[in-house]
Amino acid sequence: MARKEMRTPIESGCPDGFQYMHPVMIKNFGQWKYHEHPKPGVLRHVAHSGDEIWTVKAGTQRILDVFSLRKLCEIGDKYADGHVRFTIRSNIEYMIKDEAKVQPLIDALEEAGFVVGGTANSVAMISHTQGWLHCDIPGTDASGVVKAMMDELIEDFKNCRMPNRVHITTSCCQINCGGQGDIAINVQHTKPPKINHDLVANVCERPSVVARCPVAAIRPAQVNGKPTLEVDEKKCICCGACYPPCPPMQINDPEHTKLAVWVGGNHSNARSKPSFQKLVAAGIPNNPPRWPEATAVVKQILKSYEQDAKDWERVNDWIDRIGWPRFFELTGLPFTKYHIDNWRGSRKSLNASTYIRL
Amino acid sequence: MTKKMHDTPMLDELEKGPWPSFISGIKRLRDQHDDERINGLANDLLGQLEHSYETRKGYWKGGTVSVYGYGGGIIPRFSEVAKQFPESKEFHTLRVQPPAGNFYTTDMLRQLADSWEKWGSGLVTFHGQTGNIMFIGATTENTQHFFDEINDYGWDLGGAGPCVRTAMSCVGSARCEQSCANEHKIHRSLVNNFTDDVHRPALPYKFKFKVSGCPNDCVNSIERADFAVIGTWRDEIKVDQAEVKSFIENKGRQYVIDNVITRCPTNCMSLRDDDSLEIDDRNCVKCMHCLNVMVKALSPGDDHGVTVLLGGKRTLKIGDLMGTVIVPFMKLDTEEDYERLVELAEETIDFWAENGLEHERCGEMIERIGLVNFLEGIGVEVDPNMVLHPRESSYVRMDGWDEEAEKWFQRKVEEKAAAAG
Repeated sequence: MARKEMRTPIESGCPDGFQYMHPVMIKNFGQWKYHEHPKPGVLRHVAHSGDEIWTVKAGTQRILDVFSLRKLCEIGDKYADGHVRFTIRSNIEYMIKDEAKVQPLIDALEEAGFVVGGTANSVAMISHTQGWLHCDIPGTDASGVVKAMMDELIEDFKNCRMPNRVHITTSCCQINCGGQGDIAINVQHTKPPKINHDLVANVCERPSVVARCPVAAIRPAQVNGKPTLEVDEKKCICCGACYPPCPPMQINDPEHTKLAVWVGGNHSNARSKPSFQKLVAAGIPNNPPRWPEATAVVKQILKSYEQDAKDWERVNDWIDRIGWPRFFELTGLPFTKYHIDNWRGSRKSLNASTYIRL
Repeated sequence: MTKKMHDTPMLDELEKGPWPSFISGIKRLRDQHDDERINGLANDLLGQLEHSYETRKGYWKGGTVSVYGYGGGIIPRFSEVAKQFPESKEFHTLRVQPPAGNFYTTDMLRQLADSWEKWGSGLVTFHGQTGNIMFIGATTENTQHFFDEINDYGWDLGGAGPCVRTAMSCVGSARCEQSCANEHKIHRSLVNNFTDDVHRPALPYKFKFKVSGCPNDCVNSIERADFAVIGTWRDEIKVDQAEVKSFIENKGRQYVIDNVITRCPTNCMSLRDDDSLEIDDRNCVKCMHCLNVMVKALSPGDDHGVTVLLGGKRTLKIGDLMGTVIVPFMKLDTEEDYERLVELAEETIDFWAENGLEHERCGEMIERIGLVNFLEGIGVEVDPNMVLHPRESSYVRMDGWDEEAEKWFQRKVEEKAAAAG
């Protein structure tokens, strides 16, 4: 298109949410008194004014086709008040003024195949990344892993049987998008990148790639007379950080790209400071289409947590109380040398006391 | 459709089971949509995805696609197997900024769906991990048309690349009794001050704002935002003793001792013999636990403000970092207060843009140069709330001690004078 035909963008930025907010929420903005949780998937918030707003939360497939989106809208018009929001775990929430509409709304959502739940002490919707469907560097799929796992965890989404809420996350690479979770299922590569030396010089900005490596294992080289990069495989930690800036350094491998499970990531300040997740299991096969081995590990951890944790303990609170040896005993997972942080800064994670549960 | 549909035996396995299936959704676009363009696109998308499932590899590569006037906001995706799957060969994502708090009306969602099926694949996610609406799957040409259409009715692109990214805020004051802030206003004041930095990537790396109304931090700001703003309060927790008694009647005294009193991280709560609650508010660290358990009996105080933490991020390159407290407490009542917050963000981004290395997040830069140098760079005084404890290592040159001590006493005198009004 010719430049003169181009339209100049309106740089409006982030839109004002008030234009889409339920009138009861606008009226009582900042004036809420308390909330109740009458049943899974349903919240009742009461304002100082005496007004109340009911929320019904439902899980979806997250990657929504327009048919599903229109269905959610149709349900919102027929059974709710036409005002919705999405949680950060991609659940849809319908806000309604009138309690009488709650049950018909739940029935309509379930009838259409959506899953009402995800509140309070449930296993919340798994937050996930793009995976093979859309990412340029994925070691695995995201939507597929989550679909297969939620099929197995659905009763814990629909019920609130856990000691506290459980946030699960997944990530299809080791470096960025996935979040911290009570349980996280993340890609873990186990072999250094395979380099296509014919392409490196034309595709990659070599100094940037050298700088990207966390352990300085990449250096410039010449192969068959062409400038390229080489990896010191003794140093390489197989993280894949070089792959995005240099696609000829292929890190993904059908066999050697594995999954690892991490636990105890908690963003909240409640009871204890926010915590990062810790490695508990690795070497799990990346096994589409339903990843049964990964789901089995997650279920094993959930079962131990459900049985052994006290009320209000998140996974990290529970392990802080019972200690790591007991965690590995209860879950039956092996403890290996790979669980010990093994670099200079790791002294902070070593036990320098006689605090041992014998 | 006359064309051959790709066999998808592996993906078909993901149509089984009770959770809603995204594969069934893509098949609906392939089989039931009345636009042949979308049918063909969905078919080839399924074909490529099946190929990924079979070979355990991804087949999208990046590139350079943007809309006129912007440098970012689009995630370009070109298929590496376009010969086999030509109709989804260009499959870019548009990142669109959601409203603060992620509120929509069904009418607006439908309007967005109309535009999207006119120009795109018909696949959309609310929302991606950063917080954008992800319109997944448009050709290079249609990316511009779709953006032009929705930009006309109020939607703008988010960030992609080394730039200020789309921000995120919790539901907050709109529906939550724990909120101590106007998350919506904070969110929009911050990110909309940087629209130029959102749309034209020119920073060392990404920079994210996230806003939570209380320390429960429902948007994970400490762990995932370069600039985290969290609502808090500095007066006393409000206690409704009648509700405390009714809670104890209901749940039992032991429940309250085991789940409220002994869970307080600073042991600042006590249950009196008459079943009333005593709180040593000077030692409350606003962890939120007791308020989460006893929602009717306990509420945050009325003297609201925010805590600001800088430098949170995920793994690459030096490992996960949490944000560090930079402002322990500031009021956000007046327009001037909001301006001060925006100025802090400007100082931070300016200093980082000058001093950050390529692909270095703000928190990594702080880790590299040290917190003290960063604070001096942005003009913020040191505060004991920024550390867990003072230094443990004596390897430091301290010949400026007298001056620094004098600064501290001077600040205390000024604070006292300011408090006296």
